[in-house]
Amino acid sequence: MSLLSIQNLSVSILGDDGIARELVSSISFDIAAGETLGLVGESGCGKSLTAMSILDLLPKPQASRSNGKVLFKGEDIGSTNQTRLRQIRGKNIAVIFQDPMTALNPVQSVAQQIGEVLRIHFPEQSRQQHGQRILELLREVGIPAPEARLSAYPHQLSGGMRQRVMIAMALACEPDLLIADEPTTALDVTIQSQIVRLLKGLQAKNGMAMLFITHDLALVSQVSDHIAVMYAGKIAEYGKARDVFATPHHPYTQSLLAALPGIHHQAKSPLLALEGQVPAIENMPSGCRFANRCRYVAELCHNKTPLAEHISETNTVACHRWKEIRS
Amino acid sequence: MSEAILDVRGLKLQFSQRSGVFGRDRAVVRAVDDVSFELRKGETLGLVGESGCGKSSLGKTLLNLHKPTAGEVIYQGKNIAGLSDKAMREYRRSLQIIFQDPFESLNSRHTVSAILEEPLLIHRIGDRSSRAQRVTELLDMVGLPSSAANKYPHEFSGGQRQRIGIARAIALNPSVLICDEAVSALDVSVQAQILNLLLEIQRELHLSMLFISHDLGVVRHMSDRIAVMYLGQIVEIGDAQAIYEQARHPYTQGLLAAIPRLGSSPEENSQIGGDIPSPMAPPAGCRFHTRCAYAQAECSTQAPELRAESASHFTACHFWEELKLREFTPA
Repeated sequence: MSLLSIQNLSVSILGDDGIARELVSSISFDIAAGETLGLVGESGCGKSLTAMSILDLLPKPQASRSNGKVLFKGEDIGSTNQTRLRQIRGKNIAVIFQDPMTALNPVQSVAQQIGEVLRIHFPEQSRQQHGQRILELLREVGIPAPEARLSAYPHQLSGGMRQRVMIAMALACEPDLLIADEPTTALDVTIQSQIVRLLKGLQAKNGMAMLFITHDLALVSQVSDHIAVMYAGKIAEYGKARDVFATPHHPYTQSLLAALPGIHHQAKSPLLALEGQVPAIENMPSGCRFANRCRYVAELCHNKTPLAEHISETNTVACHRWKEIRS
Repeated sequence: MSEAILDVRGLKLQFSQRSGVFGRDRAVVRAVDDVSFELRKGETLGLVGESGCGKSSLGKTLLNLHKPTAGEVIYQGKNIAGLSDKAMREYRRSLQIIFQDPFESLNSRHTVSAILEEPLLIHRIGDRSSRAQRVTELLDMVGLPSSAANKYPHEFSGGQRQRIGIARAIALNPSVLICDEAVSALDVSVQAQILNLLLEIQRELHLSMLFISHDLGVVRHMSDRIAVMYLGQIVEIGDAQAIYEQARHPYTQGLLAAIPRLGSSPEENSQIGGDIPSPMAPPAGCRFHTRCAYAQAECSTQAPELRAESASHFTACHFWEELKLREFTPA
């Protein structure tokens, strides 16, 4: 049984005109215990909405889950009550966000903020036990001289250190699943590489699973066992990360990889840019949502939504023409 | 080697900041500290470094948006410090900048045509009809339909807004374009469109470009030469290929190794430990020594100078020769 199973999840957004429109549309994926699923896509594709809907953290009423199931260890947490959800949040499933400055409380010290998590989930433990655990956590996430940082406030820490504090808070209850929403996007590369290593190291040690959300293809290829490539609220391609990057089957995945400037590319030569833009939510196409930008578009693509088809035992692609494209 | 269009010599930019109770202490931030380089005609010089390294401050100093504390900027043989008002207007006309966030840098209350016409009006170029024609021409050059002229910035996507920013920057036929994180806010697929557009425009207008970015993949793609900055100083400068394939400075090496690559594992990323020190209190000696795996006693007292390996490749490290021969192992 998988640790987390998302089945036909849809998230709707309430427009200014009062009409609710489905942005995330009927997506499904599983995360097994201890593995990392990378959720990759460009801005507005619904990757964060998907993640937030798992713990019912969507900004209501603007966004709400309109369909689908969220199963955590077999329990339907999508339809459970708030009391139960509060037990799960932080203890079983923890979240870290992109910007630790806005996610941390600016008027509470590091020790107070981590202590709060411990007080809520381990009320039976003493203050001394909590104090020791806080130090242990700060040490675990690689904060130098943790004793001196206990009374520090977020503004006194660097971006990398703040993210380490966020991670320490998330790890306080040894969660089974960590949702990391663009955890390194606001950081410099050398700091990003430190944080990614830290997360992978902690994962290997604690055996927690991770849902790693990012727009960075290279980064997601490094950290993930499986990946889901999202486009305009749909999963375009899903499966073993290695296979997806080695032989992408969806035209969108192919274009994303081709558009990436890098060492493999002839410098100053034109990149294979994907023309056009992501469709606005007010006029989502009725067929394949990628149709208006796709090089391989056919009549069928405009009329019928492609369903996920298996290309191998583990990998799926949602494209009508993947077989023709491959050959 | 083509001649220099901009020659920067010993440029320093310092900000003083009040700190402490009631602002009684003064702290000096050395945003740019003794930087020298030249930008050659028609080339793209990439400027990379992490946040706070002074790359944006450097760009703004070149535009005379900040007055340098010391040093000279020579544009086509003339020191810009001594320019008359008229000559300064001329200089500003030939140097243009594109910013990271096209939403903040475009006036939201002006139509696109007003935005593109403004530089022409300021510099008193053309009459009304020729300006309108120029606006259409500019929109066409950046791949926007002429109907865009009567719309407002909020009606466009991020990529299209960046196109408007580019159109405004080239309105006065500049010879130097400074791109300050011009594609950092864009998604990969849109980023590729804008990079292609910049390359195309550079070719057409024979622009020299200073391409400032923290994204080493993008900089590699755009640049002929690359300068790597750390805490206000250039630590290595050379041809793009040399920087990427034969980086000598431990910081450059670490920076390159920290970029995630498709299909590699995080363990393959070499690691620069520690945090970037505050530019208000940069370490003595070599500024990188606090994070350098190869640091020796000398590094904490003696600041290294840029030394040449070849006519085009310079590195500011006391020990780059030893590192090249692998005489040191990381601590």
